[in-house]
Amino acid sequence: MAVNADPDRSPAGALEPVGVRDEATPLDATAPAAPDSSVVSLDAYVRAYVARVRSGDSGLLPVVCGLVLISVIFQVSNSHFLGVANLVNWLQQASLYMVMAMGIVFVLLLGEIDLSAGYVGLVGGAIAAEMLSGTHPWPLGLVIPIALLTTAAIGFGQGLLITRLGLPAFVVTLAGLLGWEGVLLLILGTGGTVPINDKYFTDIATGYFTNLTLSWVIVGALVVIAAFVLWRRDNRRRSSGLVAPPVALTVMKIVAIAVAGTALVLLVNANRSILKVAPIRGMPWFVLEVMGLLLIWTLFLGRTRPGRYIYAIGGNKEAARRAGVSTKWIRTMGFTICSVNAGAAGMLIAGQSGGMATSIDGGQLVLYSIAAAVIGGTSLFGGRGKAIHGVLGGLVIAGIVNGMALTGLSAQLQYVITGLVLLVAVTIDAVSHRRADTTV
Amino acid sequence: MSDSDAIDAVGEDGDTDRRGRPVPTGVPLLELRKLSKHFGAVEALTEVDLQVHAGVVTALVGDNGAGKSVTLKTIAGIHPPDGGLILWEGRPVHIRAPKDAASLGIETVYQDLALCNNLDIVQNMFLGRERSRGIFMDEDSMETAAVETLKSLRTTTVKSVRQTVASLSGGQRQAVAVAKAVMWNSKLVIMDEPTAALGVAQTAMVLAMTRRLAERGLAVIFVSHNFNDVFEVADQIAVLYLGRLVASIPAAHLDRQMVVDLVTTGTTTRAIATSTNQIGA
Ligand SMILES: Nc1ncnc2c1ncn2[C@@H]1O[C@H](COP(=O)(O)OP(=O)(O)OP(=O)(O)O)[C@@H](O)[C@H]1O
Ligand SMILES: [Mg+2]
Repeated sequence: MAVNADPDRSPAGALEPVGVRDEATPLDATAPAAPDSSVVSLDAYVRAYVARVRSGDSGLLPVVCGLVLISVIFQVSNSHFLGVANLVNWLQQASLYMVMAMGIVFVLLLGEIDLSAGYVGLVGGAIAAEMLSGTHPWPLGLVIPIALLTTAAIGFGQGLLITRLGLPAFVVTLAGLLGWEGVLLLILGTGGTVPINDKYFTDIATGYFTNLTLSWVIVGALVVIAAFVLWRRDNRRRSSGLVAPPVALTVMKIVAIAVAGTALVLLVNANRSILKVAPIRGMPWFVLEVMGLLLIWTLFLGRTRPGRYIYAIGGNKEAARRAGVSTKWIRTMGFTICSVNAGAAGMLIAGQSGGMATSIDGGQLVLYSIAAAVIGGTSLFGGRGKAIHGVLGGLVIAGIVNGMALTGLSAQLQYVITGLVLLVAVTIDAVSHRRADTTV
Repeated sequence: MSDSDAIDAVGEDGDTDRRGRPVPTGVPLLELRKLSKHFGAVEALTEVDLQVHAGVVTALVGDNGAGKSVTLKTIAGIHPPDGGLILWEGRPVHIRAPKDAASLGIETVYQDLALCNNLDIVQNMFLGRERSRGIFMDEDSMETAAVETLKSLRTTTVKSVRQTVASLSGGQRQAVAVAKAVMWNSKLVIMDEPTAALGVAQTAMVLAMTRRLAERGLAVIFVSHNFNDVFEVADQIAVLYLGRLVASIPAAHLDRQMVVDLVTTGTTTRAIATSTNQIGA
């Protein structure tokens, strides 16, 4: 490297308000010491990616491989697995885990855990069910916000206990796991079930647009917007000399998004009815709900300051504190977001099963969702993870549940397989964590 | 010796440092008065008096556990003091949180660097002070600024400012931490062993950079165990011994053996270069 220790050269650029360039400090573009922040070639990009994977940061690779593996295995044992009907069914089952796991990603990013999310979500669902049942049902426009706010308040309260009193998240949320199940039983009362007859509410989980053109319009618009944003951002970064992917990669990303969008529309527009008489086609609402949440949380984590602080706290809590981040509030916010997502998942569950019942297992729900987040690629050690990990991990978990049921394998075996998959995911996580730590 | 005997030769008439500049007189930028800090039963700092002037590199030396890092953390708002006063430009201030220090213009390069391994260089340099446009952060402008600062420091060999800190070498991390501290319009830059992890070339670079900061009128507090570095860079040398400040003397009046004596025993029997200075009994 070219170290220039000559004190006569002005250091001014270092102290100027940023953006102001001091003439006395010419930026020597050829100097090897200057950070090379130009556009990299596709070749270099691929090599950098391979290096990243080898150093442990494998990104989405393991979970995508897992999905392919699941698809192949179950398709071989039952040819209906990848049929239209079951694919949409798979997505629907996955939606709860996806929503729940996106919330879990937040607490895992902080290096924390939330065991209570399952029952917190079910309590939210039960509150909605209670408000909608009876002779004077509340309007839907109030029911959903109230249920979500309640779960948010629960998460906020648990977060305060953890951050203000310094209690371990494991213990507080374990108490929540037990306590909120009790509350759920209290809400649902002696009957044990509260049915929901509100068609609009159940549509949250089971409704779909019958208009097939609408599927194309919605997905087409999303793809065009995504492509436009991606293209403009990468282009701007390339032209202003910032770190940017090569054009080819941007194009590849856009093509991938378009292909995925097309595949999704073709899938949901195909007839998924098992009965030949009444065809069922069209875009399910829950798909859009999951995509909307994914978009919101991705933007939040990636582009806003509180999102950045979540990563910072997970990476080095003390460094974040010294940088002036109010770590307690950010952590409390993480628990709150986790609970809100749980509440949303609770709505989906209530919608899918047409009500709330004590037989729904919130413990298994949260454990599967934590597994989903980890399988998706979120690190248990904090600081590494994305909202998309919850979505892809949820797909894997639901794929196992769905495939095992379809192939007629017992529930016992389902637990064993899920456990093994989680073990593999945690192993990948731990190995990459160790690699990342030792490459100093 | 008691703290009141601590030597403080800054501000004596007619003193010049070894570079021929008059030693600054007048109100110090930062002054610690009888600053104390304990952790449970451990007395980490006992009535420390220290003056830090603008345009001066003040080296803070002392053995392991002497209290150097605790002193810096007190100034930086990490550990609020238990007793004593901190004066900033002559006025008493309360630095209770890192934010308070930053708003005064105090930037710190911590001994442990305080970087987030999972964040990239730009994200680390702007941590806690991200630029926003609306609700979203302005990544492009932050990246441009970070690149600018790194280039102007001529410090790093990093391939990309968008690589995570986990993928950097120790020296590169140090360079990022220093760049992070000088990027803001700071008045006082505190460096806790900034050269500890660096090779020869990068050490020279950090030392040169430290001098430049002082030449631009900033106050610098420089902690190091390496007396070569200390004598190369410091105008003023302050010695901590078991949590007490036992001396604060212009570097030109000291030699290496005296500093070694002060660091290891809290006192020195060797004569000091000028007659006006005295070592406390
Ligand atoms: N957070 C803390 N809790 C308890 N004791 C502490 C804490 N920080 C420092 N100390 C104690 O305060 C004393 C001074 O520590 P300090 O870190 O300031 O030493 P130092 O001079 O920086 O040493 P080194 O050269 O090893 O960095 C030590 O006895 C140390 O054990
Ligand atoms: Mg120290």
